[in-house]
Amino acid sequence: MTVPVQRETLVVPARAPARRRSLSWMVGYLFILPAIIGFVVFYLYPALRGLQISFTDWNLLSEPKNVGIANYQEVVRDPRFWSALGITVKYVLWNIPLQTILSLLLAVAMDRLVKSMFVKGLLIVPYLLSNVLVAMIFLWMLDPLLGIVNQWLDLTPIGKQPFFNSAEQAIPTIALVNVWKHMGFNALLFYAGLQAIPRTVYEAAAIDGSSEANTFWRITLPLLRPVTVFVLVTSVIGSFQIFDTVAVATAGGPADATKVLVYYIYQNAFGFFRMGYATAMSMVLFAILILFTLVQMRLLRAGESDLD
Amino acid sequence: MTTVPTTQTAHHRPRKPFPLGRLLAYLALTLVILISLFPIWIVLKTALTGSRSLFTEAASLWPSEPTLINFKRVLGLVSLEEAQAAGGSGSAVNFLAAMKNSVIFTGLIVLGQTFFSAMAAYAFARLKFPGRDAIFTLFLVAMMIPGIVLFIPNFITIKNLGWLNTIPGMVAPFILMTPFAVFFLRQFFLSLPRETEEAAFLDGAGPFTIFWRITLPMSQGPLATLAILTAIGMWNEFFWPFLIAKDEASFTLPVALQVFKSQTPQGVPDWTGLMAGTFVAAIPVFLLLVFLGRRVVESLAFSGTK
Repeated sequence: MTVPVQRETLVVPARAPARRRSLSWMVGYLFILPAIIGFVVFYLYPALRGLQISFTDWNLLSEPKNVGIANYQEVVRDPRFWSALGITVKYVLWNIPLQTILSLLLAVAMDRLVKSMFVKGLLIVPYLLSNVLVAMIFLWMLDPLLGIVNQWLDLTPIGKQPFFNSAEQAIPTIALVNVWKHMGFNALLFYAGLQAIPRTVYEAAAIDGSSEANTFWRITLPLLRPVTVFVLVTSVIGSFQIFDTVAVATAGGPADATKVLVYYIYQNAFGFFRMGYATAMSMVLFAILILFTLVQMRLLRAGESDLD
Repeated sequence: MTTVPTTQTAHHRPRKPFPLGRLLAYLALTLVILISLFPIWIVLKTALTGSRSLFTEAASLWPSEPTLINFKRVLGLVSLEEAQAAGGSGSAVNFLAAMKNSVIFTGLIVLGQTFFSAMAAYAFARLKFPGRDAIFTLFLVAMMIPGIVLFIPNFITIKNLGWLNTIPGMVAPFILMTPFAVFFLRQFFLSLPRETEEAAFLDGAGPFTIFWRITLPMSQGPLATLAILTAIGMWNEFFWPFLIAKDEASFTLPVALQVFKSQTPQGVPDWTGLMAGTFVAAIPVFLLLVFLGRRVVESLAFSGTK
């Protein structure tokens, strides 16, 4: 690549290199200054401040009152916290397996059949839409009265379904909606992983008379493991933090059936102004996610050797 | 620039022994594409439907009398009476203003975050200063903190600064950096050859000149990747603007749409208006895909291979 550098502009009167070097650490700080301000004010400070708030009782108006670990004790005792965690896990269990298996199959299909950037572009359209738009679209499509899905289901023996409006169906519906949103994108990630597998491995397998299915189970899947682990773990971590779809589509209802963890935290912070309790719960969520990250690191290490 | 290893596609695998499997795969792929795009067609179809035909044509795939009235009313181009006659609730949200806010919100963050993160990444990759590696490690650790942990204290900070309902309040947590952006650009800068920079240094160029005239121009690909990922993420960001923007004047599109929906009185929501608003909100990402298709796809694919 050509670099548009005009030589003349770079020639400045020579200064003493020693002096430049002794000052160079200040230049380094100058370069990171804006990022450091952003980091300290909006990452480091809030993380520590959050920890501090989690030990207080605070409604934003009066002074925060120190309550020690009372918030954390309440978390453990709060049936609504456990129910929110349970609903979140239920969502993850609906969302992740379906999403991963479908994306993997789609990626294999793409790998075999598609070179076209156009097709890949079409497949990631849902991913480009915000969660709010996606929730809105499916609220309409699944509307009990006029939604096209129910209009069509009415013509079949299945009949109309309540989807978001039923305590049983709401979480699976939200999960399926997010499968729709993420399927193409995750397939793209798997596809990139498939492209990295040397074709010679497949040729060798074909010469050895390996069947398609055999090749998939014995070669493709194991060699894809690092990508699979990455996609799985980042999706799980993302799924645990589901909020937007719930906030727009169901607002936690019907009858709290979709009150997932982040929505419950949000309610406590900005609905009941229980900042201390809300941050304590968010710290617990953080701990759960760290646990997942540690598992991810172990699994990734386990998956490293396959291609080497 | 080759963030995705696509070089090996040129080789052809041996001929498939199962044409039936191939046929099934084509069918499955076509089906998935249809499923991916069908909801978007329904959005457009509904947005083009008049509120009266909404009831009679709910099951049809095509609006019998296409009309632009819904787009006009969500963009505030018709009078209140006309809007109400077309099924609006009267308490419409100004999507044009929200679009402007979204563009400012996303644009400022893309520019700021990309540039400031590049500066920091350059320092972490090339300059020496005390505490460099320790600070960078802190950045890496921070990548794991979930949004909700940060949002509550950040909301309090912004509130104390008196920045609720303002653009500064909305962009502040994102505009200066994200740990991921710094991490990603540092990895790339480390891979650049040092020779050009050293030659410039010998010619007397300072670090900022080298950064601005050599490193940045050599990094257009990764910078574009980062800008695209940031643009998509911020255009779609809901939680933070939702917390900060409580006045209609500062709504971004996702917030405006949520508010428009929740304003709907009991009974039948204003679906045709909602779908017109939804379509309007999605137009920019469609344009991004149409004009930068390959780049967008590669950027997204990259985001999974870091």
